[in-house]
Amino acid sequence: MTTTPCASTEKPVDVFTALVDWLRTAVSTEEHFTLWYSAEASDFIRFNQAKVRQAGHVQQAEATLKLIQGERHANFKVALSGDPVADRSSLQDALTSLRKIVATLPADPYLLMDTSPWRSENIQPGDLASAGEISEQVTTLAKGQDLVGFYAGGPVYRGFASSWGSFGWHEASSCTFDWSLFEPQGNAVKSMYASTYWDSSKVAMQMDSAQRQLAHFGKPTRQLSPGEYRAYLAPAALNEVVGLLNWGSFSARQLATKRSALQKLHSGQMSLSPLVSWREQASGSLSPAFTPAGFQRQDKQLVEAGKMVGQLVSPRSAREYGLTQNGASNGENSQSLVMEAGTLATEDILKTLGTGLYIGNLWYLNYSDMTVARLTGMTRFACFWVENGEIVAPVSTMRFDDSIFNFLGSSLEAVTQNRDLCVSDSTYGQRHTDSTLLPGVLTSRFTLTL
Amino acid sequence: MFDVTTSLQQRFTLLRSNADNWSLRYVSETTHALSVTRNVIDPPFFQKDEGAMIYVRLKGIETYVATSDLTVAGLQRALERAEQYAEALARYSLIDFTDMPVATAKADYVSPNLDKAFPDTREWLDILAAESAAVPRNERFVDWSAELNIVETEQIYLNNHGACLRQSQRFLFPDMRVTAYDGKDTQTRTLGFGRLGQQGGRETIDRIGLVGCAPRLADEALQLLLAPNTPNETLDLLLMPDQMILQIHESIGHPLELDRILGDERNYAGTSFVKPDMFGTYPYGSELLNVSFDPDIPEEIASYSHDDDGCPARKELLIERGILKRPLGGALSQRRSGMAGVANSRACSWNRPPIDRMANLNVENGNKSLAQLIAGIERGVLMASNRSWSIDDARNKFQFGCEWGQMIEQGQLTHVVKNPNYRGVSAQFWRSLSAVGDASTREVMGTAHCGKGEPNQAIRVGHASPACVFSHVDVFGGEA
Repeated sequence: MTTTPCASTEKPVDVFTALVDWLRTAVSTEEHFTLWYSAEASDFIRFNQAKVRQAGHVQQAEATLKLIQGERHANFKVALSGDPVADRSSLQDALTSLRKIVATLPADPYLLMDTSPWRSENIQPGDLASAGEISEQVTTLAKGQDLVGFYAGGPVYRGFASSWGSFGWHEASSCTFDWSLFEPQGNAVKSMYASTYWDSSKVAMQMDSAQRQLAHFGKPTRQLSPGEYRAYLAPAALNEVVGLLNWGSFSARQLATKRSALQKLHSGQMSLSPLVSWREQASGSLSPAFTPAGFQRQDKQLVEAGKMVGQLVSPRSAREYGLTQNGASNGENSQSLVMEAGTLATEDILKTLGTGLYIGNLWYLNYSDMTVARLTGMTRFACFWVENGEIVAPVSTMRFDDSIFNFLGSSLEAVTQNRDLCVSDSTYGQRHTDSTLLPGVLTSRFTLTL
Repeated sequence: MFDVTTSLQQRFTLLRSNADNWSLRYVSETTHALSVTRNVIDPPFFQKDEGAMIYVRLKGIETYVATSDLTVAGLQRALERAEQYAEALARYSLIDFTDMPVATAKADYVSPNLDKAFPDTREWLDILAAESAAVPRNERFVDWSAELNIVETEQIYLNNHGACLRQSQRFLFPDMRVTAYDGKDTQTRTLGFGRLGQQGGRETIDRIGLVGCAPRLADEALQLLLAPNTPNETLDLLLMPDQMILQIHESIGHPLELDRILGDERNYAGTSFVKPDMFGTYPYGSELLNVSFDPDIPEEIASYSHDDDGCPARKELLIERGILKRPLGGALSQRRSGMAGVANSRACSWNRPPIDRMANLNVENGNKSLAQLIAGIERGVLMASNRSWSIDDARNKFQFGCEWGQMIEQGQLTHVVKNPNYRGVSAQFWRSLSAVGDASTREVMGTAHCGKGEPNQAIRVGHASPACVFSHVDVFGGEA
């Protein structure tokens, strides 16, 4: 079933454009506005025991209006129903409320707007299956197995426009199917299918691969003691490390206020391995090419050969700290982080690891000591003990506690040639579009504590 | 209050369906997000969200469609789409919803003091600005902010069996943060790391202590800069309520969620070390441990009369004298498992379906004052204000970190220590509970950010707890 988040048959871009056109007539000559639009029409299907646990459909649309009077401003987000008259009324109410509060505010010394009339448009069509087709194919493919997972699919829309004439539109139809296969003892292998079209043959191939990995769990589980281990972190595991760092570590604001975990990397007191290079790769990414604040996203090298060479600078931080904004959102988080590939071939990973820990996934990371980028977290899903280049046993769940300046610094031995695109499956509030492109990493010292 | 009721009921009455049961859950939510950072008012953010979720039970399955189009035509389209999903998916359903009881109750639930005068946006900004300005001038203070999120919700549940359940609630989440830096180390003190939310009116801000907190937090941040690291040692551990909230949440709340035990969350939030056969016999904690699901504390975040499936909520002990008694499972999970549960089937908004969630999950009071708790410790450490949390997907091996630590030696509080962390295993940790504080040590807290579910949902949960002492815990500090 193809749907749009609009009640009418109008295209979302036309609905958005009409709202923008109306806003131009609603504001005075002394006022400016920006309007951010976010909408989706999503099928959601949860699976448990290879059957449908919970399923439905969500249509939602919202717009965030910023009203600017001189350097005074405030924001109001409203839900849109899809009915043009009702939605104009909602925006009019928001505008009235904003005028009332903005008049009482002092000038914002850190307001920075892009007043150029830029245009950006990106439409990625998709070919998705119906909820019924997906349910039939997944339950058939997983018949007799313990599959748990979640399908989310449908069109996602983002738009931006301003009274200065800028206009951005991003429209992508896509799906993610994030799932796990469990064996009777509770061990599992996790997989993700993400695409602009549904291809059950590829899901079937993934399922075959997962079943082969699951066979390793037939061996007795190895209980590891706390201590230091050689370890390989697969891209999905490294994605969790990068995800924690992305809680503001690259942020110009956090760095300026000494609250970044990469403070000592930024100051040059510590360094990562020369094998580590990270950049924000806005161009060609799955996320919109523009931000809710109305700036066009930019590529930015953040870490080059182990040294911090850049930071994510929002317009607000740019003005506050005298920096040049580089298309970062107000939260100054990476949306599409890319790590440079290395030279370790996939077929050489186990052989190079020799004896140590193969970590397929990590889970629930947080800081033990943020000042030195010391993290803790758990192993999860496919984690194995390797001896002489061969997987010999699954390992019981273990806690690590270590600094990235160790396991991605002096102890980092190799980075893989192959990189995985990790597409966000987050659906908090709405379907997210972030992604990372990451290799696996092999480290000579990774500390387990519990 | 509830102004939309008549109109919504009229629209609901006009809906037509072939389903056995259908229902509607309408949610309207207004948010004010206000903050002042380093004495500059951040641009205020407001939100008005409104929509409805339609549920249909047909051919033994329940499906949902959520829409922000609240016209009769929009709701009818949603209802018909939900029927189509039910027709298409029924043969693949894990659960047979046939004969599931349906709600018929009519009830209203209202937060305390909604009818009392409430400051407007400008007045709140003035309060926040004054608190920000109260941070003393000192070059070591590199960042500080005062903030307040105000959320007002109205929810109305209707079904084709005549139920009408209405909630009108206001939630306030105040916080204050001060960060100090001495050229080498950074230390931050917060009022509550965003976890001091309560229901009610202006009085909640006074109760939580936002006004006047800045000088204390600033002083404590400076003390931490000068403090030694927490020792790496096995010690007795005194946890203050603003750390107990995380300990309860992660190592009792999540493992007792019945949908996790039934495997629904294994792909995302995780499973549980708790198995169905443990209920009734398993020694979860020492005999001092009593844990309740309590929806009846007016100011606590998740107090309500009925959950989002329309089931009446009442206080239940989940752990009594240390023995595990009852899971956190709503009507559907109770039916699937054959176990008694609680009314905790909840959704974070109109666009997400209800699942088993924590609501108000509290540790019951003991009989010792804070002075008595401290006096009973030969060598230990007090930890307050959570800043780091991590636990395995079965909710067993945990590690938590706090902002504030203070050594206890020979029954006396002594010097401050920084970077206090501790780790343990849930199934063993609660059995080391050796003393529980009385009502004078108890605080009511709440967070807006409990994450779970597919699609993901961040929901408001409440926790009330006294201070508690745990024996022989593995504690450690940082490196800086």
